Amino acid sequence: MSAPLKETAPTGGPAPAGPPVSKSAARAGERRGEGVVLNVFSHGFLALWALLIVLPLLWLVISSFKTDAQIGGSAFGWPHNWSFGVFSRAWNKGIGDYFLNTVIVLVFSVPLTMLFGSMAAYVLARYQFWGNRLLYYFFVAGAMFPVFLALVPLFFMVKRLDMLNTYQGLILVYIAYSMPFTVFFMHAFFRTLPTAVFEAAILDGASHTRTFFQVMMPMAKPGLISVGIFNTLGQWNQFILPTVLMQPQSGSDPERYVLTQGLIQLQQQQGYASDLPVLFAGVTIAMIPMLVVYLSFQRQVQAGLTSATLK
Amino acid sequence: MRKGQYRFVAGFLLVPVALYLIFVIWPYIQTFGYSLTDWKGQSQTFKFVGLDNYRALFQDDVFLEAIWHNILFLVFIPVITILLALFFAFMVNAGGRSRAGGVQGVAGSKFYKIVYFFPQVLSLAILAVLFNAVYRSDGGGLLNGFLIKLGLVDAENPVEWLNEPSIVLWALMVVVIWNSVGFYLVLFSAAMQSIPRDVYEAALIDGAGRAQSFFRITLPLLWDTVQTAWVYLGIVAMDMFVLVSSMTQNMGAYGGGPDHHSDVMSTVMMRNFLYYGKSGYACAMGVVMLLLTLILSVVTLRATRRERIEF
Repeated sequence: MSAPLKETAPTGGPAPAGPPVSKSAARAGERRGEGVVLNVFSHGFLALWALLIVLPLLWLVISSFKTDAQIGGSAFGWPHNWSFGVFSRAWNKGIGDYFLNTVIVLVFSVPLTMLFGSMAAYVLARYQFWGNRLLYYFFVAGAMFPVFLALVPLFFMVKRLDMLNTYQGLILVYIAYSMPFTVFFMHAFFRTLPTAVFEAAILDGASHTRTFFQVMMPMAKPGLISVGIFNTLGQWNQFILPTVLMQPQSGSDPERYVLTQGLIQLQQQQGYASDLPVLFAGVTIAMIPMLVVYLSFQRQVQAGLTSATLK
Repeated sequence: MRKGQYRFVAGFLLVPVALYLIFVIWPYIQTFGYSLTDWKGQSQTFKFVGLDNYRALFQDDVFLEAIWHNILFLVFIPVITILLALFFAFMVNAGGRSRAGGVQGVAGSKFYKIVYFFPQVLSLAILAVLFNAVYRSDGGGLLNGFLIKLGLVDAENPVEWLNEPSIVLWALMVVVIWNSVGFYLVLFSAAMQSIPRDVYEAALIDGAGRAQSFFRITLPLLWDTVQTAWVYLGIVAMDMFVLVSSMTQNMGAYGGGPDHHSDVMSTVMMRNFLYYGKSGYACAMGVVMLLLTLILSVVTLRATRRERIEF
């Protein structure tokens, strides 16, 4: 597990710039031939794929400024007027509520996932007791099974607890389903931390609990950040669990859709009352926080997500 | 271990283990039991029917066709994604001009990585709305609009990307590939960078070209990572719920259209569970999905096993 950990260590300062290609390439100007052809070739393909990623996204954002008729008419052409009214319309038409619901759930579910996941991982990584290995595999095994295997009984379990269509129900389920990865990753992280500090804290008379919260957790910060980002993105984008668990249970039960669910809901309603600009504006609103988080924590996001797959 | 320490360990494990047991493990286990009953969900009573659900499953044409679609996804999604990601990763890391020190990355490789990876942080719900707009069956869709401009598609008779039985699966695959390539590019790229430079330099001195060094050095040393990528993309291909359920015509509910031509196991299962209320039957489908996922992992790991190369 050492390789992914190295990647996830956050760099304090600004990320180093790309390789100093331009300068050295100029110096080696005489070496042409194969290199130049390949360079043009690779830039061509790379730029093409970059366009294929950016253009559809940009097109959707621009389309939200258009009118419904304009969207149906032609894929190209600029909006007649760049009015931001559509965004407040989308916000009031549900996106605001969906957004808020998602935030309410995540404000509780992500920190609690990190807390409980770290607690379990720490104890499993640092203490010898009977059944330790077994318990570890018990946690990690959960990552192997498709969530569909649990859906039906899970629904009735949450129903029996009277927590269908409640925030607390979804929060608890999110925490539980984030356990395998969180325990797996934090377990590996706690194992790499030096024992000397831990022993010093215990010798100084700190209790085990206090050692965990005041010594070990701060030391595990890089790991916590990576796993935290991974869990935030995973829970923010979750669709299947809320689809099953967050349906209004009766006429008087208010809708508490999360963002992903709400967007699909808005899209399904398009059949009855077409208002595509509102849908597109909703998607744009939903993309903005992701874009901001991604651009500000770009290295950690990439490292956090990819390290999830290694080993 | 002292008594206080036991209390500490138990205290830290209590909540995580309880949550995990109630919401993950117990439902997983219950699924096996329920799959042997005729439970309809709404009624509190149900009776044991043995393997009847499984027998019915293998006569259910919709489910069998859905398995077939999953298999198609399973073959094409990993192959195409991994090839594209390897290609781009190689371009990014070794497509630059050659200079005295050997081959190096293209200028702006950091920029490409940032752009390519971005779709990965967006939710599948956002991708579904985006690609529904791209695939619109009139000139207002980005793809049709573009092809009409090029004169490849008749403006009066645009392609119904999501309603054409022979196209719909490919249209869905494109979304997944579009979304995943950047992620695996970053994954492969990190693995490529961990290969020591002197290996390449030695090959260069021995007269190896770029292609040769890719196939003889890079690929063999990357094999572990490719294997991991294969398993993860396989899991994605087994799921596909969000895209199918929100992009294709509803066959009652949860997509699958036209005429079940895009149904996958997950959508058939959800339809049987939440729309038809056949809980026991849906549980049997969940068990089949688990078995197929396990078989997939074992087969992939066996089929792609190579001698591990240490460096």
